[in-house]
Amino acid sequence: MTTQEKVWKEIPMAGVCWKPSTQYLTGDWKTYKPIRDLEKCTRCVLCVLFCPDGAIHWKPEKEDIEFDFNFCKGCGICANECPVDAIEMKLAEET
Amino acid sequence: MFSEWKFAAKDIAEKPDLFTSGHRACAGCASATVLRLIMKATMGPTIVTTATGCMEVASTIYPYTSWKIPWIHTAFENAAANASGIEAALKILKKKGRIPQEQVDVIAFAGDGGTYDIGIQALSGAVERGHDFLYVLYDNEAYMNTGIQRSGGTPLGASTTTSPAGTVMPGKLEPKKPITEIIVAHNIPYAATASPYYWRDLIAKARKGIEVNGPAFLHVFAPCPRGWRSDISKSIELSCLAVETCVFPLWEAINGEYQLSAPSKAIALKPERKKPVREYLQMQGRFRHLFTPKFEKVIDEIQRITDERWQRLLKKCSMALN
Repeated sequence: MTTQEKVWKEIPMAGVCWKPSTQYLTGDWKTYKPIRDLEKCTRCVLCVLFCPDGAIHWKPEKEDIEFDFNFCKGCGICANECPVDAIEMKLAEET
Repeated sequence: MFSEWKFAAKDIAEKPDLFTSGHRACAGCASATVLRLIMKATMGPTIVTTATGCMEVASTIYPYTSWKIPWIHTAFENAAANASGIEAALKILKKKGRIPQEQVDVIAFAGDGGTYDIGIQALSGAVERGHDFLYVLYDNEAYMNTGIQRSGGTPLGASTTTSPAGTVMPGKLEPKKPITEIIVAHNIPYAATASPYYWRDLIAKARKGIEVNGPAFLHVFAPCPRGWRSDISKSIELSCLAVETCVFPLWEAINGEYQLSAPSKAIALKPERKKPVREYLQMQGRFRHLFTPKFEKVIDEIQRITDERWQRLLKKCSMALN
């Protein structure tokens, strides 16, 4: 993640950010990792709405949700808000 | 149009994020949830301006940006001035036929520091001039980005780095400034409070604010686990408890007519559902000192202020129970 790619003369006018933040992976911040119980999950998509990092995606073609561990910071909001307790937080190293 | 808008959870979940992943807000930051949900309420071209604050700093660390739409930041105090400038420029460009778009929405995001204290003059001016924009205040109740200093939005009894709790002081001595009432007093066409736990209510209010002709103000509660010393997984739960304890009731004012929103209306109709503030306070480390014998009285004071404000709000909504 180096920012030394351009010298000051090549920086865009007014220092406009030119890279999408989706290239900056925040997934390695986490200590705990959400593990979903596929049997219990009712696909209510509340976790998709509440995730601060947009790391849970609803896939309509598969009728299922998908975790994106490249961005999940392991806060556990999804596990806390899950109405059927289908998500469990486990230590990321152990999984 | 509002009537064409789909509010089903899956329709909203399916919409691509305009505030994308990879931003560097802390784990469990409710402000990020608020921004994601509000950006899902947009349709068509939108320009966003952000005051200095957590969400500006976390979303655009050079050279990365989390915004998929035109975004502008100048200084701490002028999110509203920026928004009025953008709106005025769009108006003249449209008049001269320089842009093909029929309607371009303008949204300003600011934290509580950038609204309660530093940005209030710009906001007051922009609302008075009647520019057509939506101003969103994400309220995490202190200057969290610079290291938890007190702001006008910090509640009574909260310990921050500039109002620390000690042997003499019980944290901040002054209650929270009623900012939304101040903005309603400007004769604004639309002002509302919202909480991310009630996401449908939040998105509907953001949509109404965008569509209303003239300025709109949205005050959104955004728990901050770092500054509130709360568990990172409890941010959304806290935003629910704040509504249930009436610390942060949900209401909207359309042309100055106050009306309670559904979650708070349920509490007004069945007062036994109202929870004591103690439940809300004990989840947060910034109120930890209040649970010692010395400062117990402050909890009663917080309860008294909360009840007083709730009763006053009920009167404004013509829902006072005798």
